[in-house]
Amino acid sequence: MKTGFYPGCSMKGSAREYSESLLAVARVLGRELPEVPDWNCCGATAAHNLDHDLALALPARILAAAEKKGMDEVLVPCAACYSRLKVTRHELLEDEKLRQRISGLVEADYRGSAKVVNIIEWLAAVPDLEKLVKKPFQRKVACYYGCLLVRPAGIVEFDRPEEPQSMDLLMAKLGAKPIDWAFKTECCGAGFSVSRTDLVAKLSGLILEDAVSRGAEAVIVACPMCHLNLDLRRPNIEKRTGKKYDIPVIYITQVLGLAMGLPPKKLGLQRHKVAVKFAPAESPVPGVSAKRGA
Amino acid sequence: MSGEKHAHPAAEPLPGRVLEQTGVDVARCYQCGKCSAGCPLAAEMDYPPSQIMHLLQLAGEFPEFAEMALRSHTAWLCLTCEICYCRCPMELDIPRVMDALRHEALRQKKVNPKAKDILAFHRAFLDSVKHTGRLFEMGQVVDYKLRSGHFLQDLLQAPWMFLVGKLHLLPERVRDRRQLKRIFARTLKARENRP
Repeated sequence: MKTGFYPGCSMKGSAREYSESLLAVARVLGRELPEVPDWNCCGATAAHNLDHDLALALPARILAAAEKKGMDEVLVPCAACYSRLKVTRHELLEDEKLRQRISGLVEADYRGSAKVVNIIEWLAAVPDLEKLVKKPFQRKVACYYGCLLVRPAGIVEFDRPEEPQSMDLLMAKLGAKPIDWAFKTECCGAGFSVSRTDLVAKLSGLILEDAVSRGAEAVIVACPMCHLNLDLRRPNIEKRTGKKYDIPVIYITQVLGLAMGLPPKKLGLQRHKVAVKFAPAESPVPGVSAKRGA
Repeated sequence: MSGEKHAHPAAEPLPGRVLEQTGVDVARCYQCGKCSAGCPLAAEMDYPPSQIMHLLQLAGEFPEFAEMALRSHTAWLCLTCEICYCRCPMELDIPRVMDALRHEALRQKKVNPKAKDILAFHRAFLDSVKHTGRLFEMGQVVDYKLRSGHFLQDLLQAPWMFLVGKLHLLPERVRDRRQLKRIFARTLKARENRP
């Protein structure tokens, strides 16, 4: 089984700690994650909003490159990229004419041999993950899946579209206590972070409020956009709600890294807007002192 | 059906074009309203999703309803969170319908003026991808500011992001950028030049 890695643009920039923590964890697991050769942007929201063919061609070029390299599956940790790649593969395999036309656009005969895998699926397939836990992450966590990991259900065919459990199970393996809450798969505002920050503040504020009011100590995410909106946009959220929220937002791979006993700096925890520290009754994560920026 | 068809640039009435582009037959919607109940941004929209579906159902006979749907703010506010599609008892892919409405609104130059920032962001995003093959966040934000006129937005965010290493000053580039340019020329650009 040859697994390729599609980081996507965010993980090289604003979400680099997601990539850093994933690669640190993969090293411990002894898994190699070679990048898909000469990968391009998946097109994200912008492409499917403006042009359907472009929205299929950009992911098809990525998948064709992985296929050509002999990769059996492509790990796509960004939930938004995952959705674009997964939807494209589905549409092209369902419609032979479309497959041929898009193959023509990307100048490759795309066959669909490489599967598209999200971060939770990939981690859930690791045997005996709990045996690698050195420092159980004993916190109450709100597992936030967002929209695109679980929907459209008929295409992603992953977990339940509104009350998913896979991340909760994974967190429990790492020693955490996943809470029951109502905003697991509600939208954070996604790609409106810059163009309609007001709406992102509104939607993300509801998510934080529910997590905090039910006693969560951290929100766990598997998507750079969710992280951006819940972490980097915290000042906007606080301005809108008039409340202060100290709850940190942590990538799933960072929690795994912490549980494995990896140093927080290796996991990029210092790059968060909201410091990753917990209630004074219990000890803070050593070595992390991210300051709240401007 | 009405002879008023000719007054519109699209030869086929809107519901037919939506069906052709998305495979969604809007006539199957029976107006239960679950989509509007679950939509996170329904309160911000001029017409919630179920009303858009209703407008489309009547658009074949009443071209003014097609206009209302095409010029709606709703089409651009849809986040594609897929909750409506998930809950629709008829399994109608409403997000795809919203995509089709956006494409038609662009083609017919009927984009709702309130959506100008959202459209500016999408255009800036794709411009960046067209030139480098990958999103160059810094370049995109500058491009968006120029397009939208929001020069001061997030001005204090950038230095912090740079300090924590999240913002790069130079883009990452795909090697085969010519191929990317060809893909854009055959898709987005070709569509925009279509009559």
